[in-house]
Amino acid sequence: SSYSFPWLVLAIAMVRFYMEKGTHKGLYKSIQKTLKFFQTFALLEIVHCLIGIVPTSVIVAGVQVSSRIFMVWLITHSIKPIQNEESVVLFLVAWTVTEITRYSFYTFSLLDHLPYFIKWARYNFFIILYPVGVVGELLTIYAALPYVKKTGMFSIRLPNKYNVSFDYYYFLLITMASYIPLFPQLYFHMLRQRRKVLHGEVIVEKDD
Amino acid sequence: MKHYEVEILDAKTREKLCFLDKVEPHATIAEIKNLFTKTHPQWYPARQSLRLDPKGKSLKDEDVLQKLPVGTTATLYFRDLGAQISWVTVFLTEYAGPLFIYLLFYFRVPFIYGHKYDFTSSRHTVVHLACICHSFHYVKRLLETLFVHRFSHGTMPLRNIFKNCTYYWGFAAWMAYYINHPLYTPPTYGAQQVKLALAIFVICQLGNFSIHMALRDLRPAGEWPAPGKGGMVVGRLGKGGSHLPLLSCLPGSKTRKIPYPTKNPFTWLFLLVSCPNYTYEVGSWIGFAIMTQCLPVALFSLVGFTQMTIWAKGKHRSYLKEFRDYPPLRMPIIPFLL
Repeated sequence: SSYSFPWLVLAIAMVRFYMEKGTHKGLYKSIQKTLKFFQTFALLEIVHCLIGIVPTSVIVAGVQVSSRIFMVWLITHSIKPIQNEESVVLFLVAWTVTEITRYSFYTFSLLDHLPYFIKWARYNFFIILYPVGVVGELLTIYAALPYVKKTGMFSIRLPNKYNVSFDYYYFLLITMASYIPLFPQLYFHMLRQRRKVLHGEVIVEKDD
Repeated sequence: MKHYEVEILDAKTREKLCFLDKVEPHATIAEIKNLFTKTHPQWYPARQSLRLDPKGKSLKDEDVLQKLPVGTTATLYFRDLGAQISWVTVFLTEYAGPLFIYLLFYFRVPFIYGHKYDFTSSRHTVVHLACICHSFHYVKRLLETLFVHRFSHGTMPLRNIFKNCTYYWGFAAWMAYYINHPLYTPPTYGAQQVKLALAIFVICQLGNFSIHMALRDLRPAGEWPAPGKGGMVVGRLGKGGSHLPLLSCLPGSKTRKIPYPTKNPFTWLFLLVSCPNYTYEVGSWIGFAIMTQCLPVALFSLVGFTQMTIWAKGKHRSYLKEFRDYPPLRMPIIPFLL
């Protein structure tokens, strides 16, 4: 429904910028306010899953939304030098196309008028877009590492009166590593959904 | 005497796995499980779930065949619960880990802190005190597992041991690292804070132990199970894997009596909560967190509190379901509040 709107706005803004400037440099800066505003809105997604408006599981939605918010606020917003990296455009494009497709799918489903193309797109685009988005995100985090190490940002060192420490640099390394178990799970989940929806396959779920 | 026939089918594939004839009417599910194991030795009784309906609830070991809604040929459905491990083994492993791991940090074993700190000792009294408290806590848990607790279920799924040990061992290492660190900062309010925190810790440890003893005494050994032929065996696994009958305040155990305060003042908390052992446990860790003024300890307490609240609420609900006359004033874990 109205949730495609922010992503359409973003898509149009990105295309316009590139057509006017001919480069991706400065693109992030121009769309960042819109992106942050609407990305934070995505928290509502989780509420929708909880209430049941959207048929995605809360955990899957939770992981997706957290990783988006993490990228937007803790990486691109906070580490300005990496905003002009190509990898940023990569994940922005992946997110934008994915979300426009997904929300169009929900809208048309609710209206009971689902063109096959939308359904097809929703369950096939991700095959390329997911990996593209992941590559964009990982490359961006990787590019941010030297700045994080140099500035020691978001980190707490010993000694301090609460006897705790936190190293954002190592946290980012662990985050990158966590893509290894998490991404395949999400990807294969979508592949299973695709087989069920597009090919009417009956999937026997693994018992607990 | 009329004998029953029992056929056991796979719950998923409906394949006929076993046919038992001449089964006595007062045979228990436990005995049927034993018979089933004879034909399929890889499925020892502890990993068998037998039910009347493929998607239904598991039958209990103590259920008697003739009391079930079955004809003279009973059809039972089997599900494999997966590899099982005894509760005792899990508890011993998950508690021995933190005891040992904390000491590695306390003694500043090489490769944890810088080399110049190898095998040195902290100059802060509170650090030594913390080691004593932490070690005492886990020694107490180990001894309680061996001599006090009575487990109604013999086993749990094998993967639980990995999950549980990661939690206990991971947090123990994380806490111990900071408390025993050469750059450790003692509590802001000094000896006063440490003394108060120590008092809270000791009181809660005594309280927790008192509750464990009270729960153990709720039903002395030998009264349970209800007499069936030959008594009940639930999951015997290897040496020392035999269980003792009975229950403790563990999720899913079958309660028979409402716990009440005894002469021991620590048990008077039963007047206000259903699971005072959890209340005291949270109290101990809060004490330890105040004593060490260490944020990881506070986080560990918080996570533990969350889990124990879930367990306490479950326990409380099953008490309410089972007993009409359950004391209305009692809350699950925090008096008046939660």
